[in-house]
Amino acid sequence: MTTFELAKFIPWFPAVGVILCLICCTKPALRKLAGPICVLSILTSFIVTCLAYKSVPGVVGTTVDENTKFAVLNLFDWIHVGNFKANFSYFFDPLTIIMLFVVTGIGTLIATYAMGYMHGERGYARFFAAVALFIFSMTNLVMGDNLLVLYLGWEGVGLCSYLLIGYYYDQPIAVEAAKKAFIVNRIGDLGFALGIFLTYLTFGSIEFNVIIPAAQELLANGSHAATALSEPVKAAIAQAQSVNPAYLTWIPFLLMLGAFGKSAQIPLFVWLPDAMAGPTPVSALVHAATMVTSGVYMVARLTPIFQLSEYALPAVALVGGITCIFAGTIALTNNDLKGVFAYSTVSQLGYMFIGVAVISVGGIFHLTTHAFFKALLFLTAGSVMHALAGNLDIRTMSGMRKKMPVTCWLMFFGCLALAGFPFTAGYYSKDLLLGDAILSGIKTSDPIAAKMFYIAGILGIITAFMTAFYTFRLWFKVFMGPYKYEMGTDAGHEPVDDMEVITDAVAKQHEQEHDHTHHHGPHEMPLWPMNLPLVPLALGSIILGALVVSGLGILDSKWFESMLENSTQFAASHIDHSEFAHHTHTTVAIISIILAVLGISLAAIFHWWKREWVAPLCKPITPIINILVNKYYIDELYELLIRRPLHTLGRVLFVFDDYVLANLVNFAGFVPRLVGYAVRPTQNGVLQNYGVGMVIGLAVVIIIAFYAWLGF
Amino acid sequence: MNTLAQTGLQYPVLAHFLTTGAILFALGLVGFLSRRNLIIVFLCTELMFQGVVVTLVALSKYHMNITGQTFVIFVLTIAACEAALALALVVLLYRRKRTLDSQSLQELSG
Repeated sequence: MTTFELAKFIPWFPAVGVILCLICCTKPALRKLAGPICVLSILTSFIVTCLAYKSVPGVVGTTVDENTKFAVLNLFDWIHVGNFKANFSYFFDPLTIIMLFVVTGIGTLIATYAMGYMHGERGYARFFAAVALFIFSMTNLVMGDNLLVLYLGWEGVGLCSYLLIGYYYDQPIAVEAAKKAFIVNRIGDLGFALGIFLTYLTFGSIEFNVIIPAAQELLANGSHAATALSEPVKAAIAQAQSVNPAYLTWIPFLLMLGAFGKSAQIPLFVWLPDAMAGPTPVSALVHAATMVTSGVYMVARLTPIFQLSEYALPAVALVGGITCIFAGTIALTNNDLKGVFAYSTVSQLGYMFIGVAVISVGGIFHLTTHAFFKALLFLTAGSVMHALAGNLDIRTMSGMRKKMPVTCWLMFFGCLALAGFPFTAGYYSKDLLLGDAILSGIKTSDPIAAKMFYIAGILGIITAFMTAFYTFRLWFKVFMGPYKYEMGTDAGHEPVDDMEVITDAVAKQHEQEHDHTHHHGPHEMPLWPMNLPLVPLALGSIILGALVVSGLGILDSKWFESMLENSTQFAASHIDHSEFAHHTHTTVAIISIILAVLGISLAAIFHWWKREWVAPLCKPITPIINILVNKYYIDELYELLIRRPLHTLGRVLFVFDDYVLANLVNFAGFVPRLVGYAVRPTQNGVLQNYGVGMVIGLAVVIIIAFYAWLGF
Repeated sequence: MNTLAQTGLQYPVLAHFLTTGAILFALGLVGFLSRRNLIIVFLCTELMFQGVVVTLVALSKYHMNITGQTFVIFVLTIAACEAALALALVVLLYRRKRTLDSQSLQELSG
């Protein structure tokens, strides 16, 4: 078995981890092993990903043949029915390997942090079983070579998201949030499932190695040499040309709905901010770095199919742009430490959608850099929350840098990257995609599509300013200024070993420690396992962009670009290297540098230097602020427009059920009872009476037979 | 043959045997419906049984077909087993109820 062959087991190391963690759940003595097992299983996947990197066709340094732009590794044959074929096999191209690096690499770091964060929590082993299951599903999602395996992973991560949001299942908020996430995602997934059905109807296949080349060929209008195509691809093209052309329009719009649900875009974004009810490492891993980007990945993977419809990609860009500014404005006034980052995640996902919609390298690039800095931000936010016993209200915090210097500066790096400060990772990726969006707005020939791209790009640039402001508003409020804090009510960070026998002495000791901590107040997190895993994330947030874009001697410069250019995402389009493109990129970059610095400076003025200016300045715009604080009343709107009518309908149906259907059913049950009531006296238990009955019956039969014999 | 002729009857024909069977059956039936002692009731069922058996043998002879008589041999064998079983049940019932009155067994009334 070659190293590359080993790659098909990448999802299965975490799968083994799940089983081991579940075994750990059963025995109290084994529980504390679950964390290391989970981390090791994800780390193994990461190492295998690194080993496989060089063998993936299309990665930098390999020669690319026109016909072998990807590799497919078959794990086992799965479903073959008629001409429907879905194997459990994995698809490798540079896009896959980038996603695998993000999922397993960031996953390892976050799981390591979680070992410290979740220490002493009840359900420690259950948590790590769910995390390993999540990595298993997510790797299946990014590696699947057909839509069905992708969908399987898609639903798997949805399930893990539900389990992890509802981790504190004794808290009503967490349970509500888990249900909300699950139900909102179902709406998107319905669209996704219909999209898959329609893909099969159109192409006669759901395998990427068939539908992507077929879509490319349809786009190129047969300009490629027809001989280079394999038989299944030719069949798919023939079928796609024979079906109703409207199918080709419907497929991307249905798939888009699934992407918007999973990646929290308007109108299906409402679940993501609530998902912060889960433990913070989960917010970092599932709801910031990896799972929520799977919609972006799906659009990127199926770009040629989206291109088949003229307005599919512009629609994605426009929705991304609107979500971007919408969530960005909500984050401006949010006072919840994790809430700000949650809305900023929604907003950044909007950027990624703009990026993949204009077929820019920036889309997936931003996905990668965002995974680094958003994971870092959430984990440092988790440290603050941990230190303050669950308090999340940033209005009650100030000057925390004195007590938590390491966390303070780690978060600073994350904030720089999120704000798009020049030469950090976020700056490179965001400006790349915004530049490409503006460029598409100018270059696209269709006027409506061009306008949609252009608006999305402008909205993105405006949001860049807000992002810088709200990010540093939070950081200055929490870490700068006079030292002040309030403790939360959650004593969850006190180690409570459920395997420990609670004797009087132990209980007393716990009590003392508890008081001790409260007296002690906020404190820095331990280096291992909590602060150390954050260092690579911080490094990535700062230098990843420069490393990838300018090389810095370690990687080839334009590494990312070359990688993605060889992936199926760019199958039918090419990166514009013209002078004009370069000029546009530079202009956008200069504008966003100005905006970022302006945003950071304003945040510094209002939330650090002159905090007393905020109240009088806010007074005249109170109504606007109220709308933002209430998140545009979106939840209330959904309540009014969707939940209320459904609830009313439910009540009407309930009444119908209770009075009409129930009575009908009861009547059906009443008739046999009535009959039974009539004949019950005959069943009196007296033996001879039964005998008489039998004789009478016999007599009747004989008489009938006799008359029948006689003939009348 | 002579003895039969002396009683005024000719050859016993099929009807005689069938009548005998029917009488046995009717006696058993009446006993079954009217008596209350479980053992008597049971004996009456046996009587009905024998009536049927006589009919079977008579018809078998009439049709010159041995199957009916073979069948009777088997039926009698099974009947013996069944009798043993039924009597055992009656004994058990008696132990429990201390009576053999069939009217006292009314637990299954609807």
